[in-house]
Amino acid sequence: MKLVTKNLTFKPEDEYYLNDVSLEFEAGRLYTILGRTLSGKTSFLKTIAGLQPVDEGEITLDEKDFRSIPVWERNVAMVYQQFINYPHLNVYENIAFPLKQRKMSAADIKQEVAVAISQVGLEGFEARKIQELSGGQQQRVALARSLAKKAKILLLDEPLVNLDYKLREELRYVFKNLFDSDLSTESILIYASTDPQEAMQLNGDIVVIDEGRVLQTGPAKEVFENPLNIKVAEITNDPAMNILPGIIDDKEIIFNEDFKLNLPSHLSHLDSGKYFFGVRATDLNLDDSGFSFTVDISEISGSETFLHIHQDELKVVLMIEEVRNFNLDDQVKISMDMNRLYVFDANGDLIFSPYRGN
Amino acid sequence: MAKIEFKNVGHCYDVSAENKVYALNPFSLTWEDGGRYALLGPSGCGKTTMLNIMSGLITPSDGNVYFDENDITNVITEERNIAQVFQFPVIYNTMTVFDNLAFPLRCRKFDEDKIKTKVHEVAELLNLTEFLNKLTKKLTADQKQLISLGRGLVREDVAAVLMDEPLTVIDPDLKFKLRRKLKEINAKYKTTLIYVTHDQNEAMTFADNIIVMNEGNVVQIGTPKELFEKPKTTFVGYFIGSPAMNIYPCDAVSDDEVSIGGLKLKVNTKLPDSQKSNLKLGIRSEYINVVNKKSENTVEANINLVEDFGNYKLISATNENIQIKVKVKRESVIPEDKILLEIPPEYCCIYNNEELVE
Repeated sequence: MKLVTKNLTFKPEDEYYLNDVSLEFEAGRLYTILGRTLSGKTSFLKTIAGLQPVDEGEITLDEKDFRSIPVWERNVAMVYQQFINYPHLNVYENIAFPLKQRKMSAADIKQEVAVAISQVGLEGFEARKIQELSGGQQQRVALARSLAKKAKILLLDEPLVNLDYKLREELRYVFKNLFDSDLSTESILIYASTDPQEAMQLNGDIVVIDEGRVLQTGPAKEVFENPLNIKVAEITNDPAMNILPGIIDDKEIIFNEDFKLNLPSHLSHLDSGKYFFGVRATDLNLDDSGFSFTVDISEISGSETFLHIHQDELKVVLMIEEVRNFNLDDQVKISMDMNRLYVFDANGDLIFSPYRGN
Repeated sequence: MAKIEFKNVGHCYDVSAENKVYALNPFSLTWEDGGRYALLGPSGCGKTTMLNIMSGLITPSDGNVYFDENDITNVITEERNIAQVFQFPVIYNTMTVFDNLAFPLRCRKFDEDKIKTKVHEVAELLNLTEFLNKLTKKLTADQKQLISLGRGLVREDVAAVLMDEPLTVIDPDLKFKLRRKLKEINAKYKTTLIYVTHDQNEAMTFADNIIVMNEGNVVQIGTPKELFEKPKTTFVGYFIGSPAMNIYPCDAVSDDEVSIGGLKLKVNTKLPDSQKSNLKLGIRSEYINVVNKKSENTVEANINLVEDFGNYKLISATNENIQIKVKVKRESVIPEDKILLEIPPEYCCIYNNEELVE
């Protein structure tokens, strides 16, 4: 099974919702559409589901036109950010609902619902009312209903974004196990996310989208390690990759008067001139012999501390692998791991990646 | 502003019931003037009950509340000088931004000059100056929430500003800015801020002191670092940090050695008598080292899964005694199937009946 979109474009007002989106999706792989809020992820999923028009472009499923098929005949299931269930029905009835509409026999419904319930780990909750469930459980019900439908195309629009991180942590494994199961060979799975860590953990193909345009596609690891341009480098990292404008001048990289580094030999082939240098938060370190920066805020994410710091105009984020307290305006000294430095040209395109070289 | 004290405060919604069920079990706690606190716990843990006791919306069934040594347990909300910000913006839609911010001051008959100064000061802080003459209905959800917050800040006489999940409606990008803003406000005005959330990251980023609650109990009060390094209960070990702490039932074999199944590990805690206790060992995945040589406190395990999160890799491994998660740098070389892990005794936390042995 293969879903193909060609030149999908939708521009209802001044802004592009979708801008020339051409993509291919095959059954048996998981695709993560990764982009910031309002980048076009939801628009794209809605277009596949038939819930949003486009100005131009084609969609085909196994080379047959898909755009002209009405929503109710598309055999697409979608799970939303909000936990959408039928509030007057219990868990079992919620999951059985689409099957009943299809006039499936009672015995078959019972079996299909039981399978879906075990896939999402809701055994024992069949008779519960929706209001008696936590947010995480409600989202499991919505997912189970989509699974029971056995749709050819399963669209997941940031399904974990409204859950707190402990629940996200647990539910990600539910998704991951599903994606690794038979389901993935029978369906096309498209998962939209703003969270690079989630995209990495799901470990499928990543489609990076920004302002309605596809910036890069490829296996998660490849996109993460070799982002084609600054935008991709920012979107595929949390915190966003630090991008520092600087000048290569013979033997030095100059960020500003107080922040200069010797040009490492592996970058000596680069001409003098203006560049953008990319360094991940994980590759900046606190270092007493390093450069002075001032703390803006420290943010704790799970088990790490993201330290937001600045030196004049230069702002960077550094990750510390433990929970540490800092105060506003504390002074810190940092150094960067030169072997992990990316270089982008003046247009923002990648010219050196530590994983691939030139 | 004031120091707020809870002395044996607890609350049971139905005191006439035969078996009294406490939504909040009695506890004592002092909230220092000018502190930045977070009340953190899963839904139903009692945090909103605690907040409502502070604001006077609930009179506690047990104990007393003091503002600067004055017993205000039975003082009504209007007379308590507490400002409260809710999950969703509560504003007067027909008024301008200025009038919304001025409202609490006009109610208290401040003179107009004073009001003008104060409103401008707060608007400046929250970047609302350019909107002061606009009607609030024209603003976005997060601007409206800023006004709710601003109304809490215009009064200098408030004992504390209570915020119940105030950033729920705010876009992720703006959340970071607002958290920084709240920290600045706290630093500038020395206003006591009490922030209720079920999101561990939000609590850890915002507060100097976090009150972790579970099932009606205050389970730990501490800095983010303390909660991470020395969780007082196994619940805190699970709830704080990502992934959760590795936790195993164990027996004491001497006063500084435990056995998990048959696996013997040295610890730095003086162990209680195993006969009378229910012991568990907790170790954070961040503190486990991958090593090459067997020695004391090394464990051999089979690797089941290596997940690439971009910022780090997470190894899941098992042997006949334990399942263990280990966090390593993304660039680390990870062996194919078997791995040797060192569990440093100084990072092992020992729990007796789910509580930390100190």
